[in-house]
Amino acid sequence: MVMKILVVDDEADVQPLFIQRFRKEIRNGEFEFSFALSGEEALGYLHQNHSEIVLILSDINMPGMSGIELLTRIRHEYDSPPPPVVMMITAYGDEENRRQAIDNGANDFLTKPLDFSLLKEKLKTLNK
Amino acid sequence: MGVFYFLAAFLLTRRLAKSIKGSVIYPKWKATLTYGGWGVMVVLGLSYTNLPDIARDIVGSLILLALLFYFNKEKDFQPQRAYLEAHLPLVAVGLITGAVHFIAPDFYTKYDEYFQFAALGAFIWIFGRWVTTRKQVEELRINAERRAELEILVKERTLELSKQKDDLEEAVKELKSTQAQLIQSEKMASLGELTAGIAHEIQNPLNFVNNFSEVSVELLDELKEEAKSGNAAEVISIADDLTQNLEKIIHHGKRADGIVKGMLQHSRASTGQKEPTDINVLADEYLRLAYHGLRAKDKSFNAELITHYDATLPKISMVPQDVGRVLLNLLTNAFYAVQQKRKTAGPDYKPTVELSTFALRPGGCQVSVKDNGTGIPENIKAKIMQPFFTTKPTGEGTGLGLSMSYDIIVKAHGGSLSINTQEGQYSEFVLTIP
Repeated sequence: MVMKILVVDDEADVQPLFIQRFRKEIRNGEFEFSFALSGEEALGYLHQNHSEIVLILSDINMPGMSGIELLTRIRHEYDSPPPPVVMMITAYGDEENRRQAIDNGANDFLTKPLDFSLLKEKLKTLNK
Repeated sequence: MGVFYFLAAFLLTRRLAKSIKGSVIYPKWKATLTYGGWGVMVVLGLSYTNLPDIARDIVGSLILLALLFYFNKEKDFQPQRAYLEAHLPLVAVGLITGAVHFIAPDFYTKYDEYFQFAALGAFIWIFGRWVTTRKQVEELRINAERRAELEILVKERTLELSKQKDDLEEAVKELKSTQAQLIQSEKMASLGELTAGIAHEIQNPLNFVNNFSEVSVELLDELKEEAKSGNAAEVISIADDLTQNLEKIIHHGKRADGIVKGMLQHSRASTGQKEPTDINVLADEYLRLAYHGLRAKDKSFNAELITHYDATLPKISMVPQDVGRVLLNLLTNAFYAVQQKRKTAGPDYKPTVELSTFALRPGGCQVSVKDNGTGIPENIKAKIMQPFFTTKPTGEGTGLGLSMSYDIIVKAHGGSLSINTQEGQYSEFVLTIP
């Protein structure tokens, strides 16, 4: 089954990066990526396709709606089982941020620069 | 009775001598007065033995009168004038007594007690005047002494004041140098605020440089495989991706480069050189820096950033580092205000900071920094541009930001900096540069 993943980050170049990094997986039909440049955009997308998205990878530090805020909204609005897995990504990899993410319902916490091999591992675990 | 006149003359010489004793003129008159005095006594003795009664009075008075004339003429005895004059009644009494004695002896003999009283009275009069003169002289001396004392005091005070003036001048110099130090430290503080923001700003492009490089290495492996398999189409496709990646690496590398340059420019002491500057670019750069700088400090911080950049704005002559510093200050203040409001506002509160630029006719630009934060109360609004005025708790703000901003915009650029605000609702800072 294709794992549909939504990536939320205000940096547009995240898209070609992911697509290239997961080239093989995309070609094999393991993953399918969608991208949103803001929390608002992400919510809009989810509103339309929420039943399909199983994983959301979101940056925390974004102008406008922060990743944490998005996380909270997702937990409130899309809690029909199974709830989507949400992993937070951030440049500030300290305990405070991590705690905040977990407290608000994140499943995991990753720091930039993204270790793609680690990410792939985690995704594989999820898929099982 | 006759003796009064000689006695008065003798006492006159003695008293004059005493009054000038100790002064410079004493040696000059000492001999004259001493001999004069004793001379008078000799005449007295002679007149008592050789002269009849009548003559004695007259001779005595005449001698006294002669002495008076003589000393009155002398400048050295000017101060004793009053005392000399006091002798005149006695002289008059003496002459009158002698005359009456000579002309009407019977009348004289009948009333000689009165004449004696008159002489005695005149004699005592001299004595009284002598005392008064002495007192006056003493008073004059005391006054002169006091004056001398006062002059010394005045001199001392003047010296003190002079010294105080010198001390104050020193203090002013020190204060000026301290002020310069504080301004520098404010600049460094704002630079410190930037550093966190800059670190974050640089991190993103650097991540992309690293990531795209890594992924390109992977792609090259794939490329080699496809080349070996002879898959020309795939090879081209991967090569396209590689080109794109490298372009992205260049783009992000330059981005980081620009940020570093910007930071160096900010820290460099401003040369004060004006150069044509794109205010939209400057404003945007400092907006991001301010935002990330605050986020680095307060991780829960978030705000909506709205920008309206007037695309018709030409480049305007200004000192970019200084105007940038002003924008940084205004933006930091705006973020602080919304942050403060967020603490007390409800969950529906959306912190918003709006940055707008407008082109002005015939030239110049206007930049507005608006926030929907705590606003500024009327009584603070007047003081807000003053140096060292801050509403932040101790240690959090130097209070120099706005006053420096005012100096930069108004004094250095001939522009204006104005405030629109409503307490509890919003604040807007509008700066214009001609």
